[in-house]
Amino acid sequence: MFWYIVRRILQGIPVFFGSTLIIFAMVFAMPGNPVLRMFGERTPNPAQVAALEAMYHLDQPFFVRYFLYLGDVVQGNLGYTFAGQSVNEILARTFPTTLRLALLAVIIQLGIGVTVGLISGLRKGSVFDGTALVISLLLISMPVFVLGFVMQWFFGIQLGIFRPTVGAGAPWADLILPAIVLAALNMAYVIRLTRASVLETAQQDFVRMAYGKGLTRRRVIPVHILRNSLIPVTTNLAADFGILIVGATVTEGIFNVPGVGNELFKAINRHDTPEIVSIVTILVIVYVLVNLFIDLLYGVLDPRIRYVK
Amino acid sequence: MRIPRIAALVAGVAAASLALAGCASSDNGGGGGSSSGVVNVAWGEPENPLIPANTNEVNGGQILTNIFAGLVYYKADGSWDYDAAESIESDDYKTWTIKLKPGQTFSDGTPVTSDSFVKAWQWAAADPELLNQWWFIDAIAFEGGTYDGGENTLALNVVDDTTFTVELAAPRADFPVALGYSVFVPLPESFFDDPDAFGDNPVGNGPYKIAEDGWVHGESLKLVPNESYNGPRKAENGGLNFVVYASQDAAYADLLSDNVDVIDTVPVSALATFKDDLGDRAVEQATAVFQSFTMNYNLAHFGDDEEGQLRRAAISHAINRQEITDVIFNGTRTPAEDFTSPVIAGFDPASIEGSDVLKYDPDLAVDLWNQANAISPWDGQFQIAYNADGGHQEWVDATANSIKNTLGIDAVGLPYPDFAGLRTEVNDRTIKSAFRTGWQFDFPSQANILGALYVTGSGSNDADYSNPEFDDLFRQGLASPTLEEQNEYFNQAQGVLFKDLPAIPLWYGAVTTGYSTLVDNVEFGWDSWPILYQITKAE
Repeated sequence: MFWYIVRRILQGIPVFFGSTLIIFAMVFAMPGNPVLRMFGERTPNPAQVAALEAMYHLDQPFFVRYFLYLGDVVQGNLGYTFAGQSVNEILARTFPTTLRLALLAVIIQLGIGVTVGLISGLRKGSVFDGTALVISLLLISMPVFVLGFVMQWFFGIQLGIFRPTVGAGAPWADLILPAIVLAALNMAYVIRLTRASVLETAQQDFVRMAYGKGLTRRRVIPVHILRNSLIPVTTNLAADFGILIVGATVTEGIFNVPGVGNELFKAINRHDTPEIVSIVTILVIVYVLVNLFIDLLYGVLDPRIRYVK
Repeated sequence: MRIPRIAALVAGVAAASLALAGCASSDNGGGGGSSSGVVNVAWGEPENPLIPANTNEVNGGQILTNIFAGLVYYKADGSWDYDAAESIESDDYKTWTIKLKPGQTFSDGTPVTSDSFVKAWQWAAADPELLNQWWFIDAIAFEGGTYDGGENTLALNVVDDTTFTVELAAPRADFPVALGYSVFVPLPESFFDDPDAFGDNPVGNGPYKIAEDGWVHGESLKLVPNESYNGPRKAENGGLNFVVYASQDAAYADLLSDNVDVIDTVPVSALATFKDDLGDRAVEQATAVFQSFTMNYNLAHFGDDEEGQLRRAAISHAINRQEITDVIFNGTRTPAEDFTSPVIAGFDPASIEGSDVLKYDPDLAVDLWNQANAISPWDGQFQIAYNADGGHQEWVDATANSIKNTLGIDAVGLPYPDFAGLRTEVNDRTIKSAFRTGWQFDFPSQANILGALYVTGSGSNDADYSNPEFDDLFRQGLASPTLEEQNEYFNQAQGVLFKDLPAIPLWYGAVTTGYSTLVDNVEFGWDSWPILYQITKAE
């Protein structure tokens, strides 16, 4: 088990280098001098441009710049935005909000998704099942920003049930609407996955065996059917966590959630290259770690794939 | 001042919200009664620490305007009046004597004296390399104001606690107007001990001060009225709460539900519907922004000779400005009639000789173009470069089409992926096409735009235009004691510009915005910023 974790973490290292190099290269491959953007249509003083270029290492060759950056990152310094703010501070400020939003979204998609999927699977062909399939199809086919604007307009502006955007301090109540939007797409997949999985598990010999032993439905469904049906859902959840954060860039922008995605949204609009690179780097690390965590979780759900030395 | 451009997320976002923004209630209740409410203002995180000499974008500028009181302030119509100063006088427009109102203090209780101004300006001029606003000290042409920097570089003299003198390198009658710009505010002693700490929590002498722990980065900044301020801009509300928005669409959604009271602009997606949404709370007014495109004199066929002059005039006559502003901008822009702005004092294009070069006249355009062809035949393509991240494509394409259809030449828009890429080529003069240019006035005087863009060797003279006749008329205008005399010279100077066309004027900017049902007395100034201190809101 221990060595498995070590091996997985070591595997993350080339992923980290590869992704940061690609991001770095792409962001800085954009033509033009990013420093000039700070002056608008005004021609800046050359000395001033030179000083700013030196500050952001823009006067160095590409690889020197990349390794200077990596050196800083390894020491825990993610650099400074063009506005002079520490990216560390920005992330420390915004990550908790994004995690809360992602957590809420996961709860919603698991809570609703698994429940609906389970009922659908157990009552295959019923009206409930048909309705759930149609709604999930609708959610899958709808782009997240369309859903976001529709929900914001309908529940926020027309009905006034929720605030259309997230207020100061991002209270949980304000996060519900963006979390629903964020959860919607994957919730649809969770419904379908759970349903298919429940249908399959319900046919298995061990389920019939359980009924044969005289166990009640109340015991068989959660312990024997549901638990075994959750394995594909868990895999899906891992893949989804990355999507949650990427999706959060759009959703947080629409609902003005003061999170990482919103910060990335603003950084991209401002062409703040140091900030973009650092935020994406952190997202890559988070993604690698979450995947590791989910892989370990398999063992808990399915003893057959428990990692023994 | 630079306007950050929030690019549309995806074209689809615009389309989606266009369909959605159709309906909203629009009963205009308004405040009334006591006005102690806190006004919520849509805002963006400043791009620099809040140091006056280092702030060159609107978000930081809005805060500075409200927490500092400069010597003068601007009213909505662009006229100025004294704020911290009691008088600003000069006999020769070179040596100025500035008297302060007595008994003023910063919000930390320390007194505002001549030193507060002089030390602040000297500090700004001392380190030209890292201050975004250094250009301004230079543009005003203080005596001693060069790029060299160093201690006590400007010729400023403290006479007593409330009097100081300023010496300029050349006479300048509009000097008091320029002093309303935020770079000229005073700074308290605490600033000089630790400028970095000050930039995070500035202490000013204006109508507001930053609330305790009021600045939550990336989220909001709260201002409360400054009780010690006794100037003409006394706060009429219980405070200002600047809320950071990632997109204009989000801010607009909050405006429709009264969660935010004032926004700076309506998102493109709602331009067609905002008047229905907001009713009489919708605001649409001209602002001091001038849009143009520019051909550097090193561009083939557009040199500083007869051929270049003919071609420039032909291009100008070939653009149907009225149609483009009506169709592309929904009539929110007005076709340019001169090189300044209708909201700036002295605007009088009708009296300027040659201003009809901006009239759409296809026959004359073709005629001038053919005359130029007789000197040297035209070849190739006429391109107008623009940055694709700023929503310029539509009007650039329309302008190119207008030129193409009129002159029968190949004319296209030339997109650059981002603003930095475009400016790099413009600045190092390697650009091989016409390019979009624009100017937002820093202070309400024609001298601001004429001096910065067209005087020989000036900082933003992207065309490398140089005409001694213009320079001379401009300097004489600067030195003229009255606005009338100044305008006479400036209009003559503009006459030279109409002949030479160093830039092709297109149209003037406008602000399209609105406010919530909870506030009253909302007015937007000449610079398109809301005048926040006078907004009233019930608790």
